[in-house]
Amino acid sequence: MTSRLVIASSPHIHSGLTTQKIMGWVLLSLLPAGLAGACFFGARALTVVAVCVVTCVLSEALWQKAMGQPITVSDLSAAVTGVLLAYNLPPTIPLWMAGLGSVFAIILCKQFFGGLGGNIVNPALAGRAMMLISWPVAMTTWTLNGVSGATPLALIKEGVSASVDALPPLWDLVIGRVGGCIGETSAVALLLGGGLLIWKGIISWRIPVVYIAVVAVLSLLLGRTGGVFYEVLAGGLLLGAFFMATDYTTSPMTARGQIIFAAGCGLLTALIRTFGGYPEGVSYSILIMNLTVPLIDGMTKPRILGEVKK
Amino acid sequence: MKLPSFEGGVHPPDGKALTAEKAVELYQPQGGELIFPLLQHLGAPCSPAVKRGDRVLRGQKLADSDAFVSAPIFSSVSGTVKDIGPRMTIPGSLEECVVVENDGLYETGPDLLETLGLSRPAAPEEYLKVIRAAGIVGMGGACFPTHVKLAPPEGRVIRWFIVNGAECEPFLNCDNRLMLESPDILAEGLQLCLSLFPQAEGIVAIETNKPESIQTMSLELERLGDPRMRVAPQEVKYPQGAEKMLIRSVTGQEIPPGALPADVGCIIVNVRTLYQIHQALTLGTPVLDRIISVTGDVVVSPGNFCVPLGISVRELVERAGGFSEDPVKVLAGGPMMGISMRSLDVPIVKGTSGILALSERSALLPVESNCLRCGRCVEACPMRLVPSNLDHLVRLRDYTAFEQAGGMNCIECGCCTYNCPASRFLTQTCRDGKAAVTAERRKKGAPKK
Repeated sequence: MTSRLVIASSPHIHSGLTTQKIMGWVLLSLLPAGLAGACFFGARALTVVAVCVVTCVLSEALWQKAMGQPITVSDLSAAVTGVLLAYNLPPTIPLWMAGLGSVFAIILCKQFFGGLGGNIVNPALAGRAMMLISWPVAMTTWTLNGVSGATPLALIKEGVSASVDALPPLWDLVIGRVGGCIGETSAVALLLGGGLLIWKGIISWRIPVVYIAVVAVLSLLLGRTGGVFYEVLAGGLLLGAFFMATDYTTSPMTARGQIIFAAGCGLLTALIRTFGGYPEGVSYSILIMNLTVPLIDGMTKPRILGEVKK
Repeated sequence: MKLPSFEGGVHPPDGKALTAEKAVELYQPQGGELIFPLLQHLGAPCSPAVKRGDRVLRGQKLADSDAFVSAPIFSSVSGTVKDIGPRMTIPGSLEECVVVENDGLYETGPDLLETLGLSRPAAPEEYLKVIRAAGIVGMGGACFPTHVKLAPPEGRVIRWFIVNGAECEPFLNCDNRLMLESPDILAEGLQLCLSLFPQAEGIVAIETNKPESIQTMSLELERLGDPRMRVAPQEVKYPQGAEKMLIRSVTGQEIPPGALPADVGCIIVNVRTLYQIHQALTLGTPVLDRIISVTGDVVVSPGNFCVPLGISVRELVERAGGFSEDPVKVLAGGPMMGISMRSLDVPIVKGTSGILALSERSALLPVESNCLRCGRCVEACPMRLVPSNLDHLVRLRDYTAFEQAGGMNCIECGCCTYNCPASRFLTQTCRDGKAAVTAERRKKGAPKK
C-alpha cells in the first residue's frame, strides 16, 4: 500500500506559479500592443512578429538539441524574446534581417551565457542593437499608411522645435497612430498590458513607475520641446519600462536595487534623447543598466533579520 | 486593522478545514509494541534506565542522561520491555530505541512530584527541576529541552513570555484544538510560568484564522483576572509561528544572528509545551501523550488524536480510516517543514505534530529548471536572505562564501522553494550548506557561534 513513498526535502507544496505561466502572462499582456501594431502598420507587422517568434523558438530548440541539453522552449521564454524583438523593429524591416536578429538574440546573447537566467543583457534589446549597427537604414525607415516619415522623437531631434505643430498630435501617440517600431507606438495598449502584469504580480510597479517618472522629471528640467507627456508617450519608453527593463534576469532582485536600476535607465534615456546622437535612448539605456545589475545586487543586499548594519 | 508582523513570508492554502472542527479523540491501543527512541530532543541522547524483560508502568522512566541539555523518556503504557536496540525512526534512520509490549492496562506508577518528594503543586524554586524530570521539550517540533529554555543566561531580564499558538503550518490543528479544549490548563500554566519571570508579560499569540481559539483563550485569561496576561492575535502568514518571526511580530524585537530569544528579553514556548509544564507542575505527569492531526487529501477520516507516544504511524493512520488511495508522500508534520517518511512503521515522538498524507495531485514533485533571478525567493525569505545566491554558492561548494552571505541564518521554513517558479531546491541546498559548514566547524574544533 505504501511501497512507493517519495522521500524529499521540505517544503512539500508549491505556489503553482511556474516559469511557463509567467511567460504566458507576459505574452498575453503583449497582445494589445501587437494588435495596435497590426492595426496601424498592417498585416506586415504580424509577419515580422511571426518570423521573430518562430526563429527564436527554433534557434533555441536546435541549439539545445545540438548541445545535448534538455529542450526548454515550452517555458515560452524564447517566444517572449521573439515578440519583444519584433516589437522593437520597424514594420518594413526585411524578414531575413528580423530572422538574423532573432538568431543573434537567442544564440549569442542567451544560450552562450547559459540559457534562461544566465544572460547578462536583455537578448531582444541586444538583438535590436546589433541590427541597428548592421543595417542602420532599414532599422530607421518609418512608414505609416504607406508614407515614410520620421518618428516624433526624430522630429524633435532634428530640431523642428520652432514649430511644435509639425509634431503629430498627442492623441495619435496615445492610440499609436505614429511612425515607430511595431509594438512601441500605442501607449494605451502598452499601459493595458503593463497594468495586467502589475495586477497579476508578474512584475512590480517599481521599475516602470520609477523609470517613467525619472524621464518625465528630467524632460521637464532639460526643457524638452514636446513637453512631459510627449516625452513619456513617444518612442519606446513605455514598451521599455514595462516589458524590457522588468526582465527578471537582467534587473536587480531587491526592491531597493530595482529603484536604483530604474532611475539609472531614466537618467540615461533622458541624456541620450537630449544630448546623444540618436533620437531615442531607451534600448541603450536598458542595455547599459543591465550591465550594472551584478553591482547593484551586491550593493543592495537585504539586511539579514537582526543584523546590525555596519 | 493591519497587525504588526514580520517581513517576507508566504500564504499557502491552509488545508486546516479538514480537521479544524474535529474534537480531539483519545486513542489508547490495547496491545502491540510501542517504540521509544532514546533521542527525541536536541542535545545528548539518553541511556536506557530499564532492561529487557522489565515490567514498566505508564509514566515510568525508560531512559535518561546526566547531560544538562537532554530530556528523559517515559513509557506511555504499562507492559514489558521487549527489546532495546535499533529501530527505524521518522527521518528514516535506525536509532537506538526501547521497545515496550503494551499490556493494555495503562497501569500508572507513582507520579514525579511523589518520586521527587515535592509538594503538590511544586514550589516555584522547584519548577525547573520538575520540568527537567518530566522530559519536557519544545513540542512545536524543535524539541529543545524546556528546562534549558526557561533558565536564561545570568543578567537577561525577561519581559515577554510568549505562548506560541500561531500554528502557521498548513493542515495542522493540534495546537488549535488544544487551545479550544483545554484553555483553563493553558491559562493556569501561563500563570505558573510567569511566577518565574516577575517582569514579564504573558502573551498568547494566535493567528487570526483561529477566531474561536482567540476568543476562548481571551475569556480564560480574563477569568483568571491577571493583568499580565493577554492574547495577541497575529496576521495569518507563514511562518508566523517561527520563533524569530513571532518575536518580531509580537514585540518588534529582532534577534541578532546567533543570539537567543532571551537576549532580547523573550521566552517563547509552544502551547503543547505549556500544557505539559502545567501537568508536570500540578500533577507530576511527565510527557506521555500528545495530540496529532492526521490529515491530507487521501486520509479517509481526518481527525485529531491524543495518542500515547511510541505508537506507530501506521496504527495512527489506520485509526483515521486508512488511505482512500496510495499517497505519494506521507509526512511527519505539515507540508512546509514536515519530514517525508519512507515507511509507516516508525514511532510517534514528542515533536510529531501531525501526519499528513498527500496524493500526487497535492504533493510537490518538482522538476528543477534555470533560476530566472525573479527575486520571489528574496521577497519570501523571512530572514531576508538571498536564497538564489545561497543556492548557487552551495552548488559551487563554496561554503565560506555561503557562510559570509548569512546562510547559517536560514531557518529552513521553505518559503523560497514554495515561491520559486523554476522549482529550484533552494531550501534543500541551504540545508546542505548549513550541514557542510557545521561539519567543517566541528572538524576544526572551532567554538559554535
